[in-house]
Amino acid sequence: MADGQVIGNIRHIYVGVRQESLVKFLVCVKQVPDSWAEKKLGADARLDRAGVDAVLNDLDEYAIEEALRICENSGGNGEGGEHSITLLSMGPDRATEAIRKGLSMGADNAILISDEALSGSDALATSLVLAKAIEASGAHIVLCGTESTDARMSVVPAMLAERLGWPQLTFAGELKIDAAANKVTIKRMTDEGIEEMEASLPCVVSVIEKINEPRYPSFKGIMAAKKKTIETRSLADVGVSGDQVGSASSWSAVVDSALRPPRSAGIKVVDEGNGGNELVSFLADKKIV
Amino acid sequence: MADVLVLIDHTAGLVSRAASELITAARALGTVHAVAVVRAGEADAPRALAAQFGASKLSVIEAVDGHPITPSVDALASIAQAHAPAAILITSGAKGKEIAGRLAVRLGSGLLTDVIDVAQDFSATQSIFGGSTVVHSKVTHGAPIITVRPNACEPVASESSPEIVDVTVAHTSSGVTVTSRQAPVKGGRPELTEASIIVSGGRGTNGDFSPVESLADALGAAVGASRAATDAGWYPHSNQVGQTGKTVSPQLYVACGISGAIQHRAGMQTSKTIVAINKDADAPIFELADFGVVGDLFNVVPQAAAGVLARKS
Ligand SMILES: Cc1cc2nc3c(=O)[nH]c(=O)nc-3n(C[C@H](O)[C@H](O)[C@H](O)COP(=O)(O)OP(=O)(O)OC[C@H]3O[C@@H](n4cnc5c(N)ncnc54)[C@H](O)[C@@H]3O)c2cc1C
Ligand SMILES: Nc1ncnc2c1ncn2[C@@H]1O[C@H](COP(=O)(O)O)[C@@H](O)[C@H]1O
Repeated sequence: MADGQVIGNIRHIYVGVRQESLVKFLVCVKQVPDSWAEKKLGADARLDRAGVDAVLNDLDEYAIEEALRICENSGGNGEGGEHSITLLSMGPDRATEAIRKGLSMGADNAILISDEALSGSDALATSLVLAKAIEASGAHIVLCGTESTDARMSVVPAMLAERLGWPQLTFAGELKIDAAANKVTIKRMTDEGIEEMEASLPCVVSVIEKINEPRYPSFKGIMAAKKKTIETRSLADVGVSGDQVGSASSWSAVVDSALRPPRSAGIKVVDEGNGGNELVSFLADKKIV
Repeated sequence: MADVLVLIDHTAGLVSRAASELITAARALGTVHAVAVVRAGEADAPRALAAQFGASKLSVIEAVDGHPITPSVDALASIAQAHAPAAILITSGAKGKEIAGRLAVRLGSGLLTDVIDVAQDFSATQSIFGGSTVVHSKVTHGAPIITVRPNACEPVASESSPEIVDVTVAHTSSGVTVTSRQAPVKGGRPELTEASIIVSGGRGTNGDFSPVESLADALGAAVGASRAATDAGWYPHSNQVGQTGKTVSPQLYVACGISGAIQHRAGMQTSKTIVAINKDADAPIFELADFGVVGDLFNVVPQAAAGVLARKS
């Protein structure tokens, strides 16, 4: 992506200078299988995660980056800074690897909700657990990606807003926070066009990938991240009972699944002045033209 | 037959083809109760669509909150609570999935998204991992909430005069004020998600989409773009195909000057027939192309456009 795309700082309005304008950011991040990896369902109809590299959901990096930029333009985060950025994730213990990447980008600390009983949870259960943790965190703003690249449901942010009863500002291509005035403004960018909307804190925001260009963790950031805290919590810590989550309680179930034969490459011709015509003949053979 | 609630998808009163597909699909599953959530002056087209495609019942609800999502959630939740439908069908898209997600939480119902087919027992077919795997799923709690992808079926008209069902909606406040709305730029070409043919351009166009557009027009196709092209500002974001753009599944997809990155493939690899034009013989797009031309798109594409037009005349 071209660097010129980064419109950067103009849109990120300072969060004020007074102490009352401290903003606690909570960024929801998920560990997912690498999108380059071939994904398949295991015998239990769940994503077969063994042997697939796990990474930080790349769309969540935009949410982390946006929180970092807003802080950098308005008093900073972390030690000596005015604001704080906490990552929140639900997933297996090894999700700490993905979380570490977010910490090395510059987030301050993280909470990982990990519990045997959570395995097989669907979006409804995930949003229930995340919402409980958000309520207990005292966060002012929750930032999410628009979609996890494995489940691709794009529903968790809306579900969080519903569960928390907080304003839903999703699909943000631009985000401004004016904490002194207690105002959050976004440009929602979807097929419906562009909608400018505003709400007060606390609220739930999801960001689209056009909003910024996430940074690569610096060496210094990577070293600093090793010392940052990832607090692991069980379901009991969060206050959700085991029968509300996991595959047993899931509100939907996979009946069966089948692999489609992979697409195989077809005819390939080299254009020697007649490629366009050959293409038309192919379409004619297929009765498309 | 039990009621099936169908939310009529529209943008500022313009109904989508997907809405007619959804009503068509729902007719086979139960008594169609169409629901349109509109702002002032937007009711006409949804109302006409419900009658044209054979809805048995219709509720038109005026949104009292400007939020793009919550008024539809309020309306569907109130109707579902009063009428206990067998299922709720919504068009799968950014908006539809958010509505469905909130509704599932509010009603305590299971949710299936990006469905390509719904069976009589409301079990659903989904195509996941970029089309490599087909799964059948069912909802185990509450009335199933199912979002159905555009292009999943052919709309078939069937005139009706729907019974108007008055409903009392428990409106909630979203806490959000919408301060401006800018409609998407619409050209004269078909909509991406509705088109049976799509011609897309990528970085290889170097900003000149005219060959892509002329082939699209010759074929009566929609124009798509890779993220490289939309990022560069060569084509609107609304035309982006891929993971963070649209998921399309046309009869024919023509990729011009597109390398075939995984994120692009995620949005187009279930297309019936794929054609690629790329000057790099090793471009990954060729791995899934039924027909590939290794060559300069500025030579190949105009020749193909002329050839298509010649066959038509
Ligand atoms: C989080 C995330 C989300 C993303 N979402 C999407 C998405 O939704 N959609 C998407 O498309 N991408 C997406 N991407 C970007 C994706 O990774 C690729 O960068 C992008 O698809 C590349 O676009 P391209 O194929 O047009 O450009 P390139 O990869 O640069 O390919 C250009 C191709 O054009 C060929 N070419 C050049 N000149 C000519 C010519 N004269 N004639 C013929 N061929 C020529 C070249 O050989 C090359 O193969 C996403 C990336 C990230 C990180
Ligand atoms: N298990 C999880 N832990 C933390 N955040 C999540 C989790 N699942 C989803 N999210 C957040 O919700 C967004 C949308 O995910 P999804 O609805 O699964 O497509 C992601 O980009 C994350 O920000």
